[in-house]
Amino acid sequence: MQVDPRGPRFGAAVTTLVLATVLATGATWLLALQAIVFAFGAFGHPPYGLFFKRFVRPRLGPPQELEDSRPPRFAQGVGILFAVVGLIGFSLGIIPLALGATAAALLAAFLNAAFGFCLGCDMYLLIRRLQPGRNYS
Amino acid sequence: MTGFVVLAVTLAAGTLGGFLLRARAGAFRGRDGAMDLGEPLGERATLVQFSTAFCQPCRATRRVLAEVAGMVPGVRHVEIDAESRLDLVRAHDVMRTPTVFVLDKDGTIVKKASGQPRKADVIAALALAVDSRSQQSDGM
Repeated sequence: MQVDPRGPRFGAAVTTLVLATVLATGATWLLALQAIVFAFGAFGHPPYGLFFKRFVRPRLGPPQELEDSRPPRFAQGVGILFAVVGLIGFSLGIIPLALGATAAALLAAFLNAAFGFCLGCDMYLLIRRLQPGRNYS
Repeated sequence: MTGFVVLAVTLAAGTLGGFLLRARAGAFRGRDGAMDLGEPLGERATLVQFSTAFCQPCRATRRVLAEVAGMVPGVRHVEIDAESRLDLVRAHDVMRTPTVFVLDKDGTIVKKASGQPRKADVIAALALAVDSRSQQSDGM
Protein backbone atom coordinates (compact mmCIF):
# COMPACT_ATOMS: atom_id res chain seq x y z
CA MET A 1 0.00 0.00 0.00
CA GLN A 2 1.17 3.53 -0.73
CA VAL A 3 0.77 6.52 1.56
CA ASP A 4 1.36 10.26 1.43
CA PRO A 5 4.78 10.54 3.18
CA ARG A 6 3.64 13.73 4.93
CA GLY A 7 1.08 11.66 6.89
CA PRO A 8 3.60 9.62 8.92
CA ARG A 9 5.74 12.74 9.32
CA PHE A 10 2.77 14.65 10.73
CA GLY A 11 2.07 11.67 13.00
CA ALA A 12 5.66 11.75 14.24
CA ALA A 13 5.31 15.45 15.08
CA VAL A 14 2.16 14.81 17.15
CA THR A 15 3.86 11.80 18.79
CA THR A 16 6.81 14.05 19.68
CA LEU A 17 4.47 16.52 21.41
CA VAL A 18 2.61 13.76 23.25
CA LEU A 19 5.78 12.01 24.49
CA ALA A 20 7.36 15.32 25.49
CA THR A 21 4.24 16.03 27.56
CA VAL A 22 4.52 12.58 29.17
CA LEU A 23 8.11 13.32 30.19
CA ALA A 24 7.29 16.81 31.46
CA THR A 25 4.21 15.82 33.47
CA GLY A 26 4.71 12.11 34.18
CA ALA A 27 1.19 11.51 32.87
CA THR A 28 1.08 7.72 32.64
CA TRP A 29 -2.42 7.72 31.09
CA LEU A 30 -1.09 9.78 28.18
CA LEU A 31 1.66 7.23 27.54
CA ALA A 32 -0.99 4.49 27.64
CA LEU A 33 -2.99 6.44 25.08
CA GLN A 34 0.09 6.78 22.87
CA ALA A 35 0.70 3.03 23.16
CA ILE A 36 -2.82 2.45 21.82
CA VAL A 37 -2.16 4.94 19.01
CA PHE A 38 1.05 3.02 18.14
CA ALA A 39 -0.94 -0.23 18.08
CA PHE A 40 -3.51 1.18 15.66
CA GLY A 41 -0.66 2.48 13.51
CA ALA A 42 1.08 -0.89 13.47
CA PHE A 43 -2.12 -2.45 12.14
CA GLY A 44 -2.41 0.16 9.41
CA HIS A 45 -4.92 2.58 10.97
CA PRO A 46 -2.78 5.41 12.37
CA PRO A 47 -5.13 7.79 14.25
CA TYR A 48 -2.89 10.84 13.68
CA GLY A 49 -2.72 9.79 10.03
CA LEU A 50 -6.50 9.81 9.79
CA PHE A 51 -6.56 13.29 11.30
CA PHE A 52 -3.94 14.36 8.74
CA LYS A 53 -5.94 12.88 5.89
CA ARG A 54 -9.17 14.55 6.90
CA PHE A 55 -8.09 17.96 8.19
CA VAL A 56 -4.53 18.73 7.07
CA ARG A 57 -4.04 17.16 3.66
CA PRO A 58 -6.99 18.96 1.99
CA ARG A 59 -5.23 22.25 2.76
CA LEU A 60 -1.87 21.08 1.39
CA GLY A 61 -2.70 19.74 -2.03
CA PRO A 62 -1.55 16.45 -3.50
CA PRO A 63 1.84 14.98 -2.52
CA GLN A 64 4.77 15.00 -4.95
CA GLU A 65 5.13 11.26 -4.57
CA LEU A 66 3.78 8.39 -2.54
CA GLU A 67 5.74 5.94 -0.45
CA ASP A 68 5.46 2.41 0.86
CA SER A 69 3.36 2.17 4.01
CA ARG A 70 5.34 -0.75 5.48
CA PRO A 71 8.29 1.20 6.96
CA PRO A 72 6.16 3.59 9.05
CA ARG A 73 3.93 0.70 10.13
CA PHE A 74 6.93 -1.29 11.29
CA ALA A 75 8.25 1.75 13.17
CA GLN A 76 4.88 2.10 14.96
CA GLY A 77 5.33 -1.51 16.09
CA VAL A 78 8.74 -0.66 17.53
CA GLY A 79 7.03 2.28 19.23
CA ILE A 80 4.59 -0.06 21.04
CA LEU A 81 7.54 -1.92 22.51
CA PHE A 82 9.06 1.24 24.02
CA ALA A 83 5.69 2.56 25.22
CA VAL A 84 4.91 -0.73 26.96
CA VAL A 85 8.32 -0.81 28.65
CA GLY A 86 7.72 2.79 29.75
CA LEU A 87 4.31 1.88 31.15
CA ILE A 88 5.78 -1.06 33.05
CA GLY A 89 8.39 1.31 34.49
CA PHE A 90 5.78 3.84 35.61
CA SER A 91 3.44 1.25 37.11
CA LEU A 92 6.20 -0.54 39.03
CA GLY A 93 7.75 2.73 40.13
CA ILE A 94 11.00 2.05 38.26
CA ILE A 95 11.31 5.66 37.13
CA PRO A 96 14.66 5.40 35.26
CA LEU A 97 13.15 2.62 33.11
CA ALA A 98 9.98 4.65 32.53
CA LEU A 99 11.83 7.83 31.57
CA GLY A 100 14.47 5.96 29.53
CA ALA A 101 11.96 4.09 27.39
CA THR A 102 9.81 7.18 26.89
CA ALA A 103 12.89 9.21 25.97
CA ALA A 104 13.96 6.58 23.41
CA ALA A 105 10.53 6.68 21.76
CA LEU A 106 10.61 10.49 21.86
CA LEU A 107 14.04 10.54 20.22
CA ALA A 108 12.83 8.33 17.36
CA ALA A 109 9.67 10.40 16.86
CA PHE A 110 11.62 13.68 16.98
CA LEU A 111 14.24 12.52 14.45
CA ASN A 112 11.44 11.42 12.15
CA ALA A 113 9.45 14.64 12.51
CA ALA A 114 12.35 17.10 12.33
CA PHE A 115 14.81 15.31 10.03
CA GLY A 116 12.88 12.58 8.24
CA PHE A 117 14.98 9.75 9.68
CA CYS A 118 13.18 6.54 10.60
CA LEU A 119 15.04 5.01 13.54
CA GLY A 120 12.35 2.39 14.00
CA CYS A 121 12.85 1.29 10.39
CA ASP A 122 16.61 0.97 10.93
CA MET A 123 15.93 -1.33 13.87
CA TYR A 124 14.66 -3.94 11.45
CA LEU A 125 18.02 -4.82 9.89
CA LEU A 126 19.83 -4.52 13.22
CA ILE A 127 17.46 -7.09 14.74
CA ARG A 128 17.75 -9.38 11.71
CA ARG A 129 21.54 -9.16 11.90
CA LEU A 130 21.47 -10.58 15.43
CA GLN A 131 19.47 -13.62 14.40
CA PRO A 132 21.36 -16.74 13.34
CA GLY A 133 22.31 -16.65 9.70
CA ARG A 134 19.63 -17.77 7.36
CA ASN A 135 20.44 -17.32 3.73
CA TYR A 136 18.18 -17.79 0.82
CA SER A 137 20.85 -17.44 -1.79
CA MET B 1 11.64 17.68 37.62
CA THR B 2 13.77 14.73 36.44
CA GLY B 3 11.32 14.37 33.55
CA PHE B 4 12.05 17.92 32.41
CA VAL B 5 15.79 17.27 32.45
CA VAL B 6 15.36 14.03 30.48
CA LEU B 7 13.12 15.89 28.00
CA ALA B 8 15.66 18.67 27.50
CA VAL B 9 18.58 16.26 27.12
CA THR B 10 16.63 14.07 24.67
CA LEU B 11 15.65 16.99 22.45
CA ALA B 12 19.20 18.39 22.54
CA ALA B 13 20.67 14.98 21.69
CA GLY B 14 18.08 14.54 18.95
CA THR B 15 18.89 17.89 17.37
CA LEU B 16 22.63 17.26 17.48
CA GLY B 17 22.25 13.65 16.33
CA GLY B 18 19.90 14.67 13.54
CA PHE B 19 22.38 17.14 12.07
CA LEU B 20 25.20 14.59 12.39
CA LEU B 21 23.12 11.86 10.76
CA ARG B 22 22.11 14.23 7.99
CA ALA B 23 25.73 15.19 7.32
CA ARG B 24 26.87 11.57 7.23
CA ALA B 25 23.94 10.02 5.38
CA GLY B 26 24.85 8.92 1.89
CA ALA B 27 28.44 10.18 2.07
CA PHE B 28 30.91 7.85 0.40
CA ARG B 29 33.81 6.64 2.49
CA GLY B 30 36.85 4.60 1.55
CA ARG B 31 36.58 0.90 2.23
CA ASP B 32 38.85 -2.11 1.68
CA GLY B 33 38.14 -5.69 0.74
CA ALA B 34 36.37 -7.52 -2.03
CA MET B 35 32.74 -8.56 -2.30
CA ASP B 36 31.73 -11.94 -3.63
CA LEU B 37 28.24 -11.24 -4.89
CA GLY B 38 27.67 -14.52 -6.65
CA GLU B 39 26.30 -12.47 -9.51
CA PRO B 40 27.83 -11.12 -12.68
CA LEU B 41 29.59 -7.79 -12.19
CA GLY B 42 29.49 -4.80 -14.49
CA GLU B 43 32.22 -4.67 -17.11
CA ARG B 44 33.76 -1.56 -15.62
CA ALA B 45 32.11 -1.14 -12.23
CA THR B 46 29.16 -2.30 -10.14
CA LEU B 47 26.85 -0.34 -7.85
CA VAL B 48 25.65 -2.68 -5.11
CA GLN B 49 22.63 -1.53 -3.11
CA PHE B 50 21.46 -3.28 0.06
CA SER B 51 17.76 -2.78 0.75
CA THR B 52 15.04 -4.05 3.06
CA ALA B 53 11.27 -3.96 2.92
CA PHE B 54 11.17 -1.47 5.82
CA CYS B 55 13.30 1.19 4.21
CA GLN B 56 11.97 4.54 3.11
CA PRO B 57 14.91 5.94 1.11
CA CYS B 58 15.62 2.66 -0.73
CA ARG B 59 13.25 3.46 -3.57
CA ALA B 60 14.76 6.87 -4.28
CA THR B 61 18.24 5.34 -4.05
CA ARG B 62 17.26 2.65 -6.56
CA ARG B 63 16.15 5.38 -8.95
CA VAL B 64 19.40 7.33 -8.61
CA LEU B 65 21.63 4.27 -9.04
CA ALA B 66 19.65 2.88 -11.97
CA GLU B 67 19.84 6.26 -13.64
CA VAL B 68 23.61 6.49 -13.19
CA ALA B 69 24.11 2.87 -14.32
CA GLY B 70 22.07 3.66 -17.40
CA MET B 71 24.15 6.74 -18.09
CA VAL B 72 27.63 5.19 -17.81
CA PRO B 73 28.33 2.23 -20.09
CA GLY B 74 29.72 -0.93 -18.47
CA VAL B 75 28.25 -0.11 -15.06
CA ARG B 76 25.75 -2.46 -13.47
CA HIS B 77 23.33 -1.74 -10.62
CA VAL B 78 22.65 -4.73 -8.38
CA GLU B 79 20.06 -4.46 -5.60
CA ILE B 80 20.31 -7.03 -2.81
CA ASP B 81 17.63 -7.84 -0.27
CA ALA B 82 19.72 -7.54 2.90
CA GLU B 83 17.65 -10.19 4.67
CA SER B 84 18.46 -12.83 2.08
CA ARG B 85 22.19 -12.15 2.21
CA LEU B 86 22.94 -11.71 5.91
CA ASP B 87 26.39 -13.20 5.23
CA LEU B 88 27.29 -10.16 3.11
CA VAL B 89 25.54 -7.82 5.56
CA ARG B 90 27.70 -9.06 8.43
CA ALA B 91 30.93 -9.36 6.44
CA HIS B 92 30.72 -5.83 5.12
CA ASP B 93 29.21 -4.07 8.17
CA VAL B 94 25.91 -3.07 6.65
CA MET B 95 24.08 -1.43 9.57
CA ARG B 96 21.38 0.55 7.77
CA THR B 97 19.55 0.47 4.50
CA PRO B 98 20.17 1.65 1.94
CA THR B 99 23.89 0.96 1.98
CA VAL B 100 25.67 1.37 -1.34
CA PHE B 101 29.01 -0.16 -2.32
CA VAL B 102 30.92 0.86 -5.41
CA LEU B 103 32.93 -2.08 -6.77
CA ASP B 104 35.52 -1.95 -9.52
CA LYS B 105 35.42 -4.49 -12.35
CA ASP B 106 37.10 -7.20 -10.24
CA GLY B 107 34.69 -6.82 -7.34
CA THR B 108 37.11 -4.89 -5.14
CA ILE B 109 35.30 -2.43 -2.91
CA VAL B 110 36.22 1.16 -3.68
CA LYS B 111 33.63 3.13 -1.67
CA LYS B 112 30.77 2.61 0.74
CA ALA B 113 27.91 4.90 1.71
CA SER B 114 25.12 4.28 4.20
CA GLY B 115 21.97 6.29 3.66
CA GLN B 116 20.66 7.72 0.43
CA PRO B 117 23.56 9.04 -1.65
CA ARG B 118 23.33 12.08 -3.89
CA LYS B 119 23.68 11.50 -7.60
CA ALA B 120 26.80 13.67 -7.93
CA ASP B 121 28.50 11.66 -5.16
CA VAL B 122 27.63 8.38 -6.88
CA ILE B 123 29.16 9.64 -10.13
CA ALA B 124 32.31 10.82 -8.32
CA ALA B 125 32.72 7.47 -6.53
CA LEU B 126 32.10 5.63 -9.76
CA ALA B 127 34.75 7.65 -11.56
CA LEU B 128 37.19 6.55 -8.88
CA ALA B 129 36.27 2.87 -9.34
CA VAL B 130 36.67 3.02 -13.10
CA ASP B 131 39.81 5.13 -12.81
CA SER B 132 41.64 2.98 -10.23
CA ARG B 133 41.69 0.12 -12.69
CA SER B 134 42.94 2.07 -15.65
CA GLN B 135 45.73 3.58 -13.54
CA GLN B 136 46.82 0.19 -12.36
CA SER B 137 46.90 -1.28 -15.84
CA ASP B 138 48.76 1.80 -17.08
CA GLY B 139 51.43 1.15 -14.50
CA MET B 140 51.93 -2.44 -15.56
